[in-house]
Amino acid sequence: MTRFNAWNVIKNGLNGQSGWSRQWRDPEPKSNYDVIIVGGGLHGLATAFYLAKNHNTKNVAVLEKGWIGGGNAGRNTTIVRSNYMMPGNHEFYEHSLKLWENLSHELNYNVMFSQRAHVSLFHSPGARDSAARRYNVMRLHGTDAELWDLKTLKKKIPHLNYDDSRFPILGAAVQRRAGNARHDAVAWGYARAADSLGVDILQNCEVTGITRKNGSIESIQTSRGTIKGKKVGFAVAGNTSVLWQMAELGNLPIESHKLQAFVTESIKPLLDQVVVYGVGGAHFYISQSDKGSMVFGGDLDWYKSYAQRGNLPIVQDSAEAAMAILPCLGRIRLLRHWAGVMDMTMDGSFFICKTPISNLYLNAGWNYGGFKASPASGWYFADLIANENPHNNVHNHNLERFEKGINIDERGAGPDPKLHG
Amino acid sequence: MIRINCPYCGERDHSEFSYGGDASIKYPSLEASEKEWTEAIFFRKNIRGFQLETWHHSNGCRMWLEVERSTVTHEIKSVRPCHPDLQKVVENNK
Repeated sequence: MTRFNAWNVIKNGLNGQSGWSRQWRDPEPKSNYDVIIVGGGLHGLATAFYLAKNHNTKNVAVLEKGWIGGGNAGRNTTIVRSNYMMPGNHEFYEHSLKLWENLSHELNYNVMFSQRAHVSLFHSPGARDSAARRYNVMRLHGTDAELWDLKTLKKKIPHLNYDDSRFPILGAAVQRRAGNARHDAVAWGYARAADSLGVDILQNCEVTGITRKNGSIESIQTSRGTIKGKKVGFAVAGNTSVLWQMAELGNLPIESHKLQAFVTESIKPLLDQVVVYGVGGAHFYISQSDKGSMVFGGDLDWYKSYAQRGNLPIVQDSAEAAMAILPCLGRIRLLRHWAGVMDMTMDGSFFICKTPISNLYLNAGWNYGGFKASPASGWYFADLIANENPHNNVHNHNLERFEKGINIDERGAGPDPKLHG
Repeated sequence: MIRINCPYCGERDHSEFSYGGDASIKYPSLEASEKEWTEAIFFRKNIRGFQLETWHHSNGCRMWLEVERSTVTHEIKSVRPCHPDLQKVVENNK
């Protein structure tokens, strides 16, 4: 693999770009691996990378039913932040943000991580108090967090709709270190870096069956043959329940819902930050990509679904929210919209845990927030698989927390998955 | 847009309705163990295919409906009132 550096860029610029090698191999599946990760999304690839890098476990396969970057890795709004409050969640997402800050160097791949600030608007004194509480908790943990008053906000983002009498903007809760990254580059960067450490990335390799023997998984049947693994990790958000039932493990505290996102045509620089607008149950977030497109998303489609396509009422809702907060977008045209299938959990928090099968490990339940979590998710999941002991920051993120009454419910919405958006 | 054939109002857009959730859940008796209650409240089969689910016609007749719908294609096989007595009324009026 040719490394990306100034010397290679100049050299290949002079020889017609002929000196680059392919980004990752396309190997035939071996019959045996130390670890099999099912799911070649950001979380699966990150897990394989950290297994190889942090734990010297290099005989690893990542099984992907489609192609790298074709699932939820390519179906998100690329926002990275760590404004979480609950114990466990806070430490986890802050660790993730720290990994993001060094990710391009770590992977030798420009993931275009841009710490442009995450600006969460509030519209009532109650919402301001709630934001102050959350952001104070963040500060106490050493995360950057600040409240902007109306004057500061108007100076920073002058073209928001400040004249809305129904939902007047009072200010914003801001995390400056937050921002966004290029989703494809993250998938490719992790795949390339994991591959260079010896991980086999097997694309077009769909799991079709799971063979259990004496309480552990013996082998996995795939569209590219039977593969044995000493340990198996699931990282297939959206389809976790399907795989879980293939392993005859019954029910999970997860429902699959879909979430849409939208991209407009490119325009000149308009918005320097990620802006979040949430009132009256609506939820809307928008940023501008480096190409100039406005990238935005809204609520879930409100009913359970595995279909990777969105419904029209949410297109309308999101467009209305865009007009409410940035009326200057009125004549912009949508280029694309898409839907990704989310693992919505019963308390809105994720799972990185062991399972009733001794050599099976679960990484699932990422709700709305899988993209920003991917580095830490891979980090802690690799740690769990290698060391068998869940790290302190994820030791409550297991399937038993509901029976024990230790829900990690960031939103306080209760056991209804669609409400945790 | 999903179209739901409400037994009282007729076929309407799904945006008139609110999604309830899994209609196959049966709550155990009050004396049942914590494990059974945990299973009923928090654990789901999360079917990929046809499932029974509840919808509330919140911007219509406000009836709770039991809908058999595919979670992959969104095709609807059947719609009936959740309440057994209302089911009888609908049957008798056919």
